[in-house]
Amino acid sequence: MNQLDFPILSLMIGLPLAGALLCLIWPGQSEAKAQKARVLALGTTLLTFLLGIGLWLTYEIGGPQWQFVESYPVFGRFAWALGIDGISLMLIMLSVFLMPICILASWKSIQTRVPEYMAAFLLMESLMIGVFTAQDLFLFYIFFEAGLIPMYLIIGIWGGAERIYASYKFFLYTLLGSVLMLIAMLWMVQQAGTSDIPTLMAYDFPANAQTWLWLAFFASFAVKMPMWPVHTWLPDAHVQAPTAGSVILAGVLLKMGGYGFIRFSLPMFPEASADLVWIVFGLSMVAVVYTSLVALVQQDMKKLIAYSSVAHMAFVTIGLFAFNRQGIEGAMIVMLSHGLVSAALFLCVGVIYDRLHTREIDRYGGLSDNMPKYAILFMLFTMASVGLPGTSGFVGEFLALVGAYEANSWVAFVATTGIILGAAYMLYLYWRICYGTLEKEDVKAMPDLSMREMATLAPIAAVVLWMGVYPESFLAPIRDDVGVLLERIERANPPGDAQLIMGEGLPAEAEHGGSESHEAEGAH
Amino acid sequence: MIQLIVFLPLLAAIIAGLGNRMIGNFAAKILTTGALFVACALSWPIFLDFLVGGQTAYVAPIFDWIRSGDLDVAWSLRVDTLTAVMLVVVTSVSSLVHLYSWGYMDEDPDQPRFFAYLSLFTFAMLMLVTSNNLVQMFFGWEGVGLASYLLIGFWYHKPSANAAAIKAFVVNRVGDFGFSLGIFGTFMVFGTVSIPEILEAAPAMAGSTIGFLGYRLDTMTLLCLLLFVGAMGKSAQFGLHTWLPDAMEGPTPVSALIHAATMVTAGVFMVCRLSPMFETSETALLVVTFFGLLTAFFAATVGTTQTDIKRVIAYSTCSQLGYMFVAVGVGAYGIAMFHLFTHAFFKALLFLGAGSVIHSMHHEQDMRHYGALRKEIPITFWTMMIGTLAITGVGVVWLHAGFAGFHSKDAIIEAAFASESSLGGIAFFTLVFAALLTSFYSWRLIFMTFFGKARWGTSEHVQHAVHDHGGKDTGDGTGGYHPHESGWAMLVPLLSLSVGAVFAGYVFTHEFVDSEAFWAGSVAFNEHLIHELHGVPMWVKLASTVAMLIGLVIAWLAYIRYTDWPARFVAQFRVLHAFLLNKWYIDELYNVLFVKPAFAIGRFFWKRGDKGFIDRFGPDGVSALVASGSTVTRRFQSGYLYTYALVMLIGLAAGATWAITR
Repeated sequence: MNQLDFPILSLMIGLPLAGALLCLIWPGQSEAKAQKARVLALGTTLLTFLLGIGLWLTYEIGGPQWQFVESYPVFGRFAWALGIDGISLMLIMLSVFLMPICILASWKSIQTRVPEYMAAFLLMESLMIGVFTAQDLFLFYIFFEAGLIPMYLIIGIWGGAERIYASYKFFLYTLLGSVLMLIAMLWMVQQAGTSDIPTLMAYDFPANAQTWLWLAFFASFAVKMPMWPVHTWLPDAHVQAPTAGSVILAGVLLKMGGYGFIRFSLPMFPEASADLVWIVFGLSMVAVVYTSLVALVQQDMKKLIAYSSVAHMAFVTIGLFAFNRQGIEGAMIVMLSHGLVSAALFLCVGVIYDRLHTREIDRYGGLSDNMPKYAILFMLFTMASVGLPGTSGFVGEFLALVGAYEANSWVAFVATTGIILGAAYMLYLYWRICYGTLEKEDVKAMPDLSMREMATLAPIAAVVLWMGVYPESFLAPIRDDVGVLLERIERANPPGDAQLIMGEGLPAEAEHGGSESHEAEGAH
Repeated sequence: MIQLIVFLPLLAAIIAGLGNRMIGNFAAKILTTGALFVACALSWPIFLDFLVGGQTAYVAPIFDWIRSGDLDVAWSLRVDTLTAVMLVVVTSVSSLVHLYSWGYMDEDPDQPRFFAYLSLFTFAMLMLVTSNNLVQMFFGWEGVGLASYLLIGFWYHKPSANAAAIKAFVVNRVGDFGFSLGIFGTFMVFGTVSIPEILEAAPAMAGSTIGFLGYRLDTMTLLCLLLFVGAMGKSAQFGLHTWLPDAMEGPTPVSALIHAATMVTAGVFMVCRLSPMFETSETALLVVTFFGLLTAFFAATVGTTQTDIKRVIAYSTCSQLGYMFVAVGVGAYGIAMFHLFTHAFFKALLFLGAGSVIHSMHHEQDMRHYGALRKEIPITFWTMMIGTLAITGVGVVWLHAGFAGFHSKDAIIEAAFASESSLGGIAFFTLVFAALLTSFYSWRLIFMTFFGKARWGTSEHVQHAVHDHGGKDTGDGTGGYHPHESGWAMLVPLLSLSVGAVFAGYVFTHEFVDSEAFWAGSVAFNEHLIHELHGVPMWVKLASTVAMLIGLVIAWLAYIRYTDWPARFVAQFRVLHAFLLNKWYIDELYNVLFVKPAFAIGRFFWKRGDKGFIDRFGPDGVSALVASGSTVTRRFQSGYLYTYALVMLIGLAAGATWAITR
């Protein structure tokens, strides 16, 4: 608590939790109770969002690394220890910004067990904020894993027809990953004698142990990310989840993997990160091409966007493991941008799903005619998704790829093909939904965006443009923290493959150029 | 002032676009057109100031954009000679096209959207030409790509328009793939993306080598070629040209503005802007020359067989862009910009003229259904004649006077001859031959459209129109239809551009070609080459004029004198004709090589990879394993969610407790 007189982080975790309880126990008849739960949930999330804004405004850029620190010993080594740096701050902002939008998006489409639904979302918010603020390893683990439960419930209870299979898959993947991580954590705490995350971030584990620890954490984060080939839970989970569930899943839950890499893998195991970087690069390169091609042939809107998420998250992993500032900052912006853009795209799917109750792309077509407002916003988010400069998508992708190029030209080369494939599948989707002739009677009858739907999409659109035109607002808070991370991993930084060798320069050497391309000697 | 020029179109686009039906057609039109005319009026003084040497280059900062470590990208507006040239080209053509669209789009129900897109395009193009760093240039680059996509697909009910729009965007993205890698590499090598800083540091980097994809390459060659891939995409050079002819699906004013006068020249502009960089790599310049001459030749051959009036002009554009790249490749950047400048006027004129013809013929675009239009739409005819005289390069060598294309195109041909580039000789002969073809297809267009007998009766579009108005077939080939000259909104731009097509060459030759002081360092200037260029033998100077005359004579013979020649030619050279008519079968080739495999591989990865392998041996395998041993799965599938969640929570708690208390 260095800027405020009250434990704001605990409050931000506690408030949604209290709201969740209130939703459940508030007395009333079914319909009245449902309405109260909606209002209560919206109020709580808005209040938490306001607290988040307060947090951002009082966060001191260039101040101490960890701010708003709270620590209360609970028992043993376990402590209720919270605190944030700029990286956490940005991800918390993303979470609290998306939450009220999720509640609004569920206003009409969820009609069964509304109080429980709202409670699940509020619980989810608490846990997400917890993940990004926890400074104790076990506290982090609890938040990280417990976040599965409300998501699991949301998919399993309010999901589509295949919800059981999807939630099972979701659960199986993430649980398997996390078991390995738990074992690694136990070993680490024993070795270092502390579960304090900032201390561990500066602790030097022996190099051979690092490899195993890194792999254990990787198992968990790669699933969360998700990286190829452990991504197959994502399309199913998205397809079956209700709209707001998809929004949170794509918007925030996927970011936990990236956050894990920044917070744990890189600073705690720098040598292992450098040694095993080929795994990350290899899987990410495959992911970009593979999932983009798969996205191209999807018939289900949500699946398409889910696969595109996997491709986009590969930019995050590529950027993070580029071991340079542009890469890591780019990865952060990709995370924030993807959080907004994919959330918005799922909302866009939700809007038309609510009207026609199908996700099949071919059932639509020609929506520009009867839903012009929708068409404009959908176009904006499509463009943000393909990384058009001026939108948030570009800034992140560009920085991440600049970083990747410095690290390895192969990675940059393969990953950059993503901008071609991304354009292909997104524009093909847009064509089939919004362009073409409006022929089907039921599609013709679809009304344009309501005020409520505008209220969910317009704020995201505004932030997407803000981040695209003036990303400094989002880069400034993380700059110092990325600097700290870079200092930490500098010693392990693998050399790039460019290895510039200076020539004579133009004035001295009149005859140059020509066929100087021959096989590399020293380049790896 | 420069801020006004750039941001007025954006403001107009936002108001017209978001206001849309709320503010109505008239408000949207007057707002966007007004903004463009103001921008145009502000641009010309800047250009003229540079022309008389009363202005020096400056950069107007706006605010920070992306800052990450050494990477520092700011929004800013650069004004120098090169920018000033582009400013007048872009704002002049754009404002005239806005005005023209009042007439052309008069019956369209979606006018505010159209005008908003046009203005949005202009904004992006202006951001491109005023950028002081590579990233902002990329912003403009992609921005014009977006506007182009939106405008090609403007009539989104047509599947062909949608397909063309996507094709344009995706093919351009292939170019942008190279451009992006070029920017990444440039940043890594120079530690900056600021154009002046890069250009200053470039000569010192000549001869250095760099690792790329396991090879060790000459740094500057690599960077220039990567950036050139971007230029190839935007400027529709051979290999990445396939989107341009299809882009004709868009409304004709769009073709004139974006796909002839401005956007497609962005690649030429980019290479000129980075000319000191390209000067450091002979190999890169040779590649540029090669693609330039290949495109000039290829597009001209295809242009001779097309029957859609817009496609002929589209291939003509493609071919002329090839000329510009040859100029760039041999180091004559000023001349490349000169041709860009004159081409903007006469090509916009030709497109708008074609639009006027199409407008009067009820959207019939096939020249086989035209003929004898000379007397029906005389103003359109005469303005198109001027455009044709300009593009074919009509002029008198001894007097140094002619239409616009005479000055700029001939300068390119002479520069190719005079240059020391090892491709100079080949480039010279190819371009002269392409000039012959240019003359042939341009006159063919004129003869088929305006001369001969009326053939409108066979056109379905015209038949519809006649049917709607109750006209009678009089048996004279007109089908009872009488085309009307377009209104003043369309004729004024035609007449204005005609002035440019006549005088733009003659008036500005000295500054663009000879004057190092005019360019003032904004492009690399090869004084030696310009000196040599003026000393080329007379037969070289006459070569293009002779080629032009031969082309004219052949066209006259084939389409006026002996009208059975074309059919006989087709019968005689069936294979060659099919090859040209089908555009060298490149679309078909790409379809087989890229499009179909992409979908097939995607389907394979999805069905066989995700479902058939990962899921089968992953989660599904696990569940099958469990199911075979017990009834857990069945219970699970009956939905014991809470139980499951509880089990997990208990597991968590147990694990944590163990960890804490041990």
